[in-house]
Formats: sequence, C-alpha cells, structure tokens
Amino acid sequence: MSLQTETDTKRIFKQVGTRPVRPDGIDKVTGRARFGADMEMPGMLHGLVLRSPHPHAKVKKIDISRAAKLAGVKAIVTRDDFKMPKDKDLVDICANIMARDRVFYDGHAVAAVAATTKAIAREALKRIKVEYEILPHVTDVDEAMKPGAPILHKGMRTGGKDTVSRKDTNVAKRYVFGHGDVEKGFKQADVVIERSFKTAATHQGYIEPHACLASIGPDGQGDLWVCTQGHYMVRNVCAGLLGLDVSQLRVTASEIGGGFGGKTTVFIEPLALALSRKANRPVKMVMSRDEVFRATGPTSSTSMDVKIGATKDGRITAAHAELRFQGGAFPGSPVSMGAMTAFACYDLKNVQSIGYDVVTNRPKQAAYRAPGAPMAAFAVESVIEELASKLGMDGLDLRILNAAGEGTKSSYGPTFGLIGLKTTLEKAKSHPHLKARLGKNQGRGVACGFWFNFAGNTCVSLNLQLDGTIALSVGTPDIGGSRASMSLMAAEELGVPYDKVRTIVADTASLGYNDVTDGSRTTFAAGLATIEAARDAIGKMCGRVAKVWGIPADAVKWENGYAKPAGPNAGDFKPMSMAEIAAIAHKTGGPIAGHYEINADGAGVSFATHIVDSEVDPETGRVTILRYTVLQDAGKAIHPDYVEGQYQGGAVQGIGWAINEEYIYGEDGRLQNAGFLDYRIPVASDLPMIDTVILEIPNPGHPYGVRGVGETSIVPPLAAIANSVSNAAGVRLTELPMSPPKVLKAIGANGRA
Amino acid sequence: MAKVVLWGSLKKAAGGKTELDLDVSDVRELLAALGERYPELGPQLDAGVSVSIDGTMVRDNLFVDIKPDSDVYVLPRMAGG
Repeated sequence: MSLQTETDTKRIFKQVGTRPVRPDGIDKVTGRARFGADMEMPGMLHGLVLRSPHPHAKVKKIDISRAAKLAGVKAIVTRDDFKMPKDKDLVDICANIMARDRVFYDGHAVAAVAATTKAIAREALKRIKVEYEILPHVTDVDEAMKPGAPILHKGMRTGGKDTVSRKDTNVAKRYVFGHGDVEKGFKQADVVIERSFKTAATHQGYIEPHACLASIGPDGQGDLWVCTQGHYMVRNVCAGLLGLDVSQLRVTASEIGGGFGGKTTVFIEPLALALSRKANRPVKMVMSRDEVFRATGPTSSTSMDVKIGATKDGRITAAHAELRFQGGAFPGSPVSMGAMTAFACYDLKNVQSIGYDVVTNRPKQAAYRAPGAPMAAFAVESVIEELASKLGMDGLDLRILNAAGEGTKSSYGPTFGLIGLKTTLEKAKSHPHLKARLGKNQGRGVACGFWFNFAGNTCVSLNLQLDGTIALSVGTPDIGGSRASMSLMAAEELGVPYDKVRTIVADTASLGYNDVTDGSRTTFAAGLATIEAARDAIGKMCGRVAKVWGIPADAVKWENGYAKPAGPNAGDFKPMSMAEIAAIAHKTGGPIAGHYEINADGAGVSFATHIVDSEVDPETGRVTILRYTVLQDAGKAIHPDYVEGQYQGGAVQGIGWAINEEYIYGEDGRLQNAGFLDYRIPVASDLPMIDTVILEIPNPGHPYGVRGVGETSIVPPLAAIANSVSNAAGVRLTELPMSPPKVLKAIGANGRA
Repeated sequence: MAKVVLWGSLKKAAGGKTELDLDVSDVRELLAALGERYPELGPQLDAGVSVSIDGTMVRDNLFVDIKPDSDVYVLPRMAGG
C-alpha cells in the first residue's frame, strides 16, 4: 500500500530551513572524527593485497608457500578461499574482489596477506609467485565492440537484442527507451543536428581511501568497522561471499570521507573478513591511493551519437541517441540510466535512446553521482546549444519552449507531476550572471539536467532520554549532512529546539535493514521516517499524559513541544514538557520511543540549470572557470547550507570531469596516472565561488516537500562547461576532458591559434 | 484494465509488444501476469525491475496498488550514487 502523505505547503517552519552549525564540524577539523582507518583492536594484523600487473591474463598458478613461511605472516587468502556464491547478484562481485581463473584489469586482486606488521605483509606479497599467461586486452569502448576484439567472458551474448548471435561478444546488454516515431519526426524538422561525443573514465575522487577493520571469532561472530555508504549492504554481501549468517556479522559505519557512489559496493572488506577468520585475529586493511585508482570503481568512459531535429521556430520534432558505455571487466555500466535521463528535460512526441553496456579490461565500475546521466546530458545539451545557434535562438529560450512540465510524458516513460524545470530555466534567464560582461577568449554556456531520486528501505528509532532530549538513530551513513537534517525534522515535528535532538548512525545490530545511502534518497526517505517516528513518539507521550491527567488520549494535543489539553472541555491542566514527561516515564509504563520502518516510494524528481563563464588561453589551451551559477529545485531545503554544499560539490566534480580528469591507459593496458598528481582534480584555488539559487517546488510525496539534491547537481556541468568553452574557443569541443592538449588541437584545427 | 508499458528492449521477450493491457490490482499480480504470459521475461524479472505507477517509482514492494486506469511502466532496476 502506498504511503499516503500530505504535504502542507502552507506550513511555517520553525527549525527546518534554518542553518544551525553542523554537528560533525569540530570533530572533523580537529582530527577527532573516526574514519575507516581510525580504528584499532588489540592483536590486530595488517592486510595487504597482491594485484595483477597485467590487464588481461590467465592465472595458471599461485604459489604462496614461500610467503606462508615468513615469520609474522598469519594468513593468506586466494581464489581457493572464496567459493563461488549461488546468488547471481554476488557472482561478479566475488570474481572482482579476488580473481578466479583470469585477471581482467591492471590492479585486479590475486591474493591477500595478513601479517603482524605492514612491512612483513609487503615482503610476503613479494614472495607470492603467480604464473600468468598474458592475453590480448582492450580498454576502449568502441574497440571492444568491434568484431575481432579480445573477448573477456566466453559465452557472453548481448541481452535485449531482437536476434541472438552465436558469437562471443563484449556487449553485455542493449537497452531501448522512447516513444513515437523518430524517423517521421526528423522528416518534419527544418534543422537537424547530428554529433558524436566521447568522455573519459573518471573517479569519484573521495579524499578517504577505502579502509576497514574486520574481526571474526572462532564462534563465527564477526565485527566489521568500515567506511561505507551502506553498512547493511556490506553485511549482506560479505555474509553471502563468506558463507556467514547475516545475523552473525555486525557492521558499524565509520565517519566517511566522501563516497559519491564509489562506496556503495565492497572491495577489501570480504578480504579482511576472510583473513581474520583464517588468522583468528582482527585484520585492518587500508587502501593506498594507487590502489583506489586501479582497483575500486571509476565511472564509465563513453562514446555517444546524438541527433535532434526542430522546426524553424524551435519546436523539437525528434530526438535520438545511441550511447555506448564501458563498465570495466563486468557488466553493469549505467548506460540504461544514461539512456533514460538523456532527453528527460524535454517534452517530446518522438524520442528514442539506445544504450549498449560493454565490458573492457578496466576495473569494474561503481556508481558515481547520478550514474550515466552527466555523460548523456553532455551529449544532448551540446547538441541543443548548437541547435539554438543554428536557429538563431537563445539557448535558454529554446529549452523553455520545449521544457518538460506537469503532464509531460517523459522520454523514459512515466508522466511527470509537478516539477521545477521551467522555474530553473526562467530564473536563469533573469539571473544577474547573464549580465556579466565577457571579454576576449571568454564564453558562456548553459545546460539543464535531471535525476530521478530514490526512496527505499529505511528504519528510524527515536528515543526520549531521561532529561527529555531525543536520541535519534538512523541507518543511513551521513555523506552529505543528513544527521543535521534529521535532527531538524525531528525538532520541527516535536516543536523543540534543534539542539535537543542528537542523531547518530546506528550499527546493523541496532536497527532494522536500511538500503544504502545513495540515489539522493536519505533526506527524503530517512526524513520521512524520522517525521513519522516523531509523530509516533508524540502519540505515545500524549497517551502517558492522558493517563496522568485521567482523561482520554484524544483529549490531549501536542503543541510546540508540550502536551496540552485539546480544548477547554478536556480540563484545566498545566502543559507538560518533554522533560517532564520523560521524568515520569518509568511511573507511567516505561521508556518512551517512536519508530518507523518502510520501503518508501514517492521520491520527487529534480531538475537543475547551470550557467558557466570560462576563458580559454589560446597559447596553452588552459581553461579557467570565471563564473558559475547553479539553479536547482530542492523541493524543500531542510538545511540550506548543506543543500548549497551539494549544489557546489556537484558543480566542482563536474568541472574536474569536464576540463582535466581522465583515466589514461597506455598501449600496455596499464593505468598511467594512478595518483592525484597526474589525475588532476580541481582544488579550491582553481575555482571561483559557485553561486547557488535554491528553488522550492514541493514534492507531494514527502510531508515537508523534500526532493533529493545530491545528484542532480552533477548532471548539467559537463555540458554547461563544454558549451562555455566551445563559445570561448570558437569551436565545438566534443571530447572530454577539455584538457589543454585537446583544446589546443581543436583551436589549431579551426585555424584560430 | 491497467495500461502497462515495458521498456523497448523487452519487446522480443514479450512477443513483439511493449504495450499491454493487464487486469492486475497490485505489483505482485503484475509481475506474476508478466512472468506467466511471457516466460522469456522471467530472467529479467528475477534480476529485478523498477515499476512506475502513475509517476511514482516503486522498487521491490509487491503490495502497491494498481488502479484500473493506472499508467504503469516497467523499467530496469535503477540505483544511484
């Protein structure tokens, strides 16, 4: 049964919408916060991983005998220690965390060692002898699709095609979305623009490498401390891979130094648990930055073709996209979501997106903030810009004319309810940014973007403490300020000051199952659950007070943090505060708590428009971002500082992705730039202030109108920046990143250098 | 009869159709009806799908109501980052 919520859009909020100081700030800036690598246990060992130096090879033999004899080595694990799981969802994960009969990428794990010191563990890795039979490799998505390309998985056939081939392929799946008749639509167009685009693989770039401390005792009971976006997911997956009972493994989520989707899966955690079980001692594992680049989950590199046609007065008649994404060594690139979101901003009669999920000899991809959408938006919004130019129209006007709105049948199927796209576009049109003067070699670009936002399984427990303050337990790791937002929503509902509520992220033994913190779901789903848990607690507190006053429970109402008589007929009683109710809890039946468990739905989609000014140095090809404005619909901004932070963060990751970041592979199939020196992410000194405009078109599916914000903010930047740089350089750039060599090449080819 | 639309690449497994009229009152009946009528859809249904009912995205929850005039879309299972 769907949750029936009523969004009160006229409500005046007292706590929600304010900007209290973040609760985790002092700990984080003073070093007191405990991240994944900040846990120790007596007798703990150090774990390290031996990784393949080859992009593709058969693993013929692994000889650990010399390593096992080294004093201080307490356990070694290889593929022999991991039984292939029966659960299909776990099979690829198992083969990724520890290679089976083949290694599929430079960095693929082949063995792991636990020793009393890191130095001994390093020496032990050197003593492990692996016999490889090198195979031809392929790292480029288009090359991997060609007939005759080296095949990664024997027997792979393309799912979702109309005919089944008899030949092995690297194309795992084909997706098709859309409606109408694109061929007919293109015939109706006066102008048609068709272009191809490429983007490179990038990494989420979280500042904290993966780290964990695992301890399994001889009775099979286990503890795991880990930085993750989903400790319940970690528990399930590790239990499945190690043949443990889920209930025997207790996972605690540490403070997390960034995730952005890259920590929604497991890499070293099953290895640490397996080593601990074998050694009968705790094992700590911390990845180096080199390992993070080579062996965690970057996002896909892509190759895309987009074609859009419009009448001379700017009405789009047809839109078509073919997207080819490589997801590394195993199927699962986010091409389906790229294909679904590509045209989501537009009201189209004839639209089709086709997506191909391709495997290559690269690390298995993981989610990266709105997976698949930024790349698709880059291609589509670049063509929209060119179309506007050809039609002699302003880019924002063309978008407004064709914008999706309430009642639009989306390009991926469902009809939109109340959405905020047009509002972001119209506010962009009137924003002072557009009045800023542009000089020589400077250009402006705009783009819009969409993300679904998710809901999911969520549990919350809200306990009234002895002094009347609230202990709120959630099960969603805090990657974007959710603890503060939950506290605000609980305080709002209870009618008490914000500092009366303290929110923590509980471990897997303390709360029911929670889906991973991803999909911009937390403020929506955990927020909704928090509000309902608070209402549950209010009901119970009113019941206790009714007992004390000797009146029926429905004769007591809750107002501004107090239980009060509901009306003059209820009686003349002095209102009771939460502190007073807490003080008599033991005398009226026991401790008081509210809770809520749900598989939520009703998340609201969100849209954003970005405006970017950039300057191109014609001598060096260097791109400088001069001005950046984000306009995005948040539904209801619970804590505006955090919402602005998400807008800025998405823009900044988009800037890095658009102008500098890329995975560079050599002819030998090895990653050439596995470190922050040569994989260049933007730092504060590279950037202007990112200006933000929070718009609020409430989501009817949430009691306060919340829409997710974390992911939509990274969808427009690649395109907005490409449009800006193309205008600055005087030539259309179609390959990301627009690094200095690429920009120089494009300018040179245009004869403008 | 609820109007059910499958995403395009399921066409072959669904006997060449992507638009179906199904007499189902919740997600459980929907998935059962699809699996029964088109056994080739089985593997995809087992791997998981997202279902959009009148614009609201539902994942896993079997007992969400589908009304007789509902617009239902069956989409690949989605996840965020």
